[in-house]
Amino acid sequence: MRAGWAIIMDVTLEHAIAAIVTTRRDRVGGGAPIFFADDEEDLRRTAVYLAKILDGVVHDLGGGTYIVVKH
Amino acid sequence: MNEGHFLRIAAAVAVGTFARLVMLRSDYRQYPSYPHAYVVHLGLGFIAASLGALAVPAVVTRDFMAASILALAGQQFREVRDMERRSLEKLEDTELVPRGTAYIEGIARVFEARNYLAMAAALATSLVSYALPLPRSMAVAAGAACGLFVAAIIVGVFGRRVVGDIAVVRQGRIQFDGPLLSVEGIVLANIGLAEARRVIEAQGVGVVVEPRDDNARATLANVGQRQAIVHDAASIMGVRVDVSERDFTPLMRLDISTGRAGMIMVPVEPDVEALLEVVRRVPIIETSVRKPLATRAGRIAAD
Repeated sequence: MRAGWAIIMDVTLEHAIAAIVTTRRDRVGGGAPIFFADDEEDLRRTAVYLAKILDGVVHDLGGGTYIVVKH
Repeated sequence: MNEGHFLRIAAAVAVGTFARLVMLRSDYRQYPSYPHAYVVHLGLGFIAASLGALAVPAVVTRDFMAASILALAGQQFREVRDMERRSLEKLEDTELVPRGTAYIEGIARVFEARNYLAMAAALATSLVSYALPLPRSMAVAAGAACGLFVAAIIVGVFGRRVVGDIAVVRQGRIQFDGPLLSVEGIVLANIGLAEARRVIEAQGVGVVVEPRDDNARATLANVGQRQAIVHDAASIMGVRVDVSERDFTPLMRLDISTGRAGMIMVPVEPDVEALLEVVRRVPIIETSVRKPLATRAGRIAAD
């Protein structure tokens, strides 16, 4: 879970997960808006669009899950 | 007022203002960067120099009331620090790569202190020109020389230390472990998008800052100091960052086990040597200076 550790280091009080994008419905849940993607390409595109809209940065959690974080 | 006072005071004011001007030029790199700020600071420097210049003649002419009021007026320069801090803090939101509060505090303190230094140079000038038992013009010349000497010492002593003095700055290799970006093994961030990773690999520059001793290590560990480095590097080299484009935000993180700091930046100007030079010349922020080696416990812990 090294990817997850990197996120924890990055997130201070100013940072918040703005959106979660995933191809794996069983892997996610919780308070942030979740967007389901059909495949890798859809995943990438949705994440980029969300990042542009939310002024966020895309981080890769691995296993087909991206999160968009406001820094 | 007789001519004797006028000449001495004028010389002292001129020397003090000149000292302020020299100190203004020595930090052109960071701030102020626009003509109005020069006017503001030269104006304040002129007032400070006048206060310093008038103190001695006020005492000489037995006008102690005036001397006391001058001492009170000197207090007003505390406002300068507040003014600088407030204006820089307001502008912070408009900076893509913020200065950080420590850097702002450092700049504000320096601007306050420089007025006192201008005052000191003017005071030295008028003190000597009144004290020396010489003909008037010679006394004034000697006073001016002494004031300039004091100004030169001040500029030399208070010339700020830079990152290059306390650390070795060199280029570092950029690596990706999956989405994890690292520079020489120091993990900096998780870059999610493959496109962004390709841009960083192709155009990014990794920098490693290695502290020379434990004092330097503690100073570099200060978040404000690192933010100052990132800010200066970004403002001089340019970064590929905008409000909705944060992937290439320059970052600086510590290797906790060795005290080295790693930095990543995607500069607009892809000149590695220039970037390293910028990092070397970032001033050490006074509030981030730590000196563990100055304590007994720190020295014991160091070996």
